Amino acid sequence: MNTITEVFPVLLKGMNITIIVLVLSAALGYLFAFIAGLCRLSNNVFLRKFTGVYVEVFRGTSLIVQLFWFYYAIPMLFNINLGNDLLAGVLAIALNYGAYMSEVVRGSILSVANGQTEAATALNMNRFQKMRLVILPQAIKMMLPEFGNYLIQMLKATSLVSLIGMTDILYHGNLLRSSELSMAPTIYFLVLVFYFILALPLIFLTRKMESISKKGVASQ
Amino acid sequence: MTDTTIKKEIKKQDFSQMEPIVKYEDIHKAFGDVEVLKGINLDIRPGEKVALIGPSGSGKTTIIRMLMTLEEPTSGEIIVDGKNLWHMEKNGQLVPANEKHLRAVRGNIGMVFQHFNLFPHMTILENCMTAPIHVQKESKASAKQRSIEMLEKVGLGDKLDNYPNQLSGGQKQRVAMARALVMRPKIMLFDEVTSALDPELVGEVLEVIRDIAREGEMAMVLVTHEMEFAQEIADRIVFLDNGVIAEEGSPSEVLEHSKNERLASFLSRFRS
Amino acid sequence: MNWKWDLFFDAFPLILEGLSITVALTIACYLFALIFGFAWTFLRRIPIKIVHWTVTWVMEFIRSTPPLVQLFFIYYAWPMIPGIGVSLPAFLSAVLGIGLHYSTYIGEVYRSGIESVNKGQWEASKALNFSTIQKWRKIILPQAVPPTIPMLGNYLIIMFKEVPLAATIGVTGMLHIANEFGAQHFRYLESLTIVAILFLVLSYPSAIMIRKLEQKINRRFDKDEALQESKGAVV
Repeated sequence: MNTITEVFPVLLKGMNITIIVLVLSAALGYLFAFIAGLCRLSNNVFLRKFTGVYVEVFRGTSLIVQLFWFYYAIPMLFNINLGNDLLAGVLAIALNYGAYMSEVVRGSILSVANGQTEAATALNMNRFQKMRLVILPQAIKMMLPEFGNYLIQMLKATSLVSLIGMTDILYHGNLLRSSELSMAPTIYFLVLVFYFILALPLIFLTRKMESISKKGVASQ
Repeated sequence: MTDTTIKKEIKKQDFSQMEPIVKYEDIHKAFGDVEVLKGINLDIRPGEKVALIGPSGSGKTTIIRMLMTLEEPTSGEIIVDGKNLWHMEKNGQLVPANEKHLRAVRGNIGMVFQHFNLFPHMTILENCMTAPIHVQKESKASAKQRSIEMLEKVGLGDKLDNYPNQLSGGQKQRVAMARALVMRPKIMLFDEVTSALDPELVGEVLEVIRDIAREGEMAMVLVTHEMEFAQEIADRIVFLDNGVIAEEGSPSEVLEHSKNERLASFLSRFRS
Repeated sequence: MNWKWDLFFDAFPLILEGLSITVALTIACYLFALIFGFAWTFLRRIPIKIVHWTVTWVMEFIRSTPPLVQLFFIYYAWPMIPGIGVSLPAFLSAVLGIGLHYSTYIGEVYRSGIESVNKGQWEASKALNFSTIQKWRKIILPQAVPPTIPMLGNYLIIMFKEVPLAATIGVTGMLHIANEFGAQHFRYLESLTIVAILFLVLSYPSAIMIRKLEQKINRRFDKDEALQESKGAVV
């Protein structure tokens, strides 16, 4: 099949953009998740409501709509240019998945057994110490598998940035198809394989995290 | 009530002339519509061992949880070492205590829980030394040394690097006691510490409590269903019924010479 | 701020018309996924190692690659495959693409439901000598289905938000109409905002309903989730 050898190097050109978007979105997304998750557990009513609105708005609307909104609408609304498509793409994915993952952060912290907080109180730890020494080490372990799953979701979501003109794997695939219509099956199959190869280490990472998270968490 | 041989080893005292270290003043506590405590007045003096007994739901556990600041009283005040626990002075007025105030008072108190509540992500040595290091700002070396000594004292010197899930229930509870003791509390609270244990493991835990009691410096409040044990180590026994103190006095007064019918029927369940 | 209310009111009725297509597509994709999910669950239960292994990895492949690419494959590539190639209209392609993608998730939901039934229940139904059909109908399914209902509800909402992908192959749902409107007027702000608002207005109340339902079912099955929810601030 010499079409494969033809298509392969073309798609490879988009690999680095896909990876860059994934890495940036994931880093920012986890950051947003922790900030929003902790804010939602805060004693401060305003902070709690404000992050609540953020989470519900981003979970309640569609990622592709958010992406277009960031890319086409924001510059118009504020007469500013987000500068480039990378910023719009990464922000949309990170804010969207940050909202979903903040629920993971919040849920894990809440489910670290009640007795753990009591024991930490009985040892006279302050709030910060309770969080840092007792709750977070256990809660993070619980979060790991979900974080892994969302990493795969974010990888899939990066394909959307081709729609705002970023030259990722899918973009190069689409470009090639528009000139070679009959090669479409090979092109899109290979695009899928590319994404699957990128996903494989993440799949194994997630399984590993599942086994880690089963150990060392209070069961009550 | 047969265990007279060991009873002799623990010297009983009359504390009634001493200044209390803990004073409950007309404490009420309601959960929703249910009032579990209906006006509790109780003094605990330094070094005194007090056992709280009573049917389940009588509010015994709530009494010590309020002292540990795990529950807030609906009304009334607890005074610890001369200071209000739930209120503090601000511009000459009493206002509800903030976290800082609670922590300052809480430093005198240690607690052992029914379900151990060990930290599962730490070894048993780390379970013991974390709080002295971070809360009391003790040096790591000294906290570690004291923790090891304490774990040896409760008979777990060979398990320092084990994780809680590798231990039996009795061992877990002994770790929990060591963890509380390393903080050098003036008052120790024991919340039904043997009721989650298999019967054959109860003895080893009671033995450790007996040791602590023998040293005698700490005030101890035990919520317990082990009547013989309460009789053996307590200076005073308090019987709670329906949210009030229905009877209190020395073990022999309460357990052997009381005229209270509710108490008699409660105690009859433990005599077989 | 640079917001034009006249454009907003011009675009609103147009986009609202697209809502029916978006909803219809969501329901079609969802039904497809519900039915195909059964196929996955059934195939995975075949006790032949090679079949089980193949099915597992095909599911993994579909699940961990982008639905957008799968959509393009069905719409652009399938008609070009010699022999089996069929050219499908955009709507149907979207049903196949998005439906197939989510069927792998739905299959997992079914599986988790079946696995949540206590092992003792299987043994008990064997001990009582039920037939296979009786066992599933009387014992296993009545216990396996309720816990999956909130999860299935969640997937309906998730798929609703995924359906605008079909705009990329020209299905005239809300997003597609908003894009066209934006292109005509050289500004996307108002039309895209309308789409976002409509999605929020529909999915947020549904999500709350599902949460309520979940709490109800958990309470019936003695889970302690509701208890955790009621716990107050921790930080």
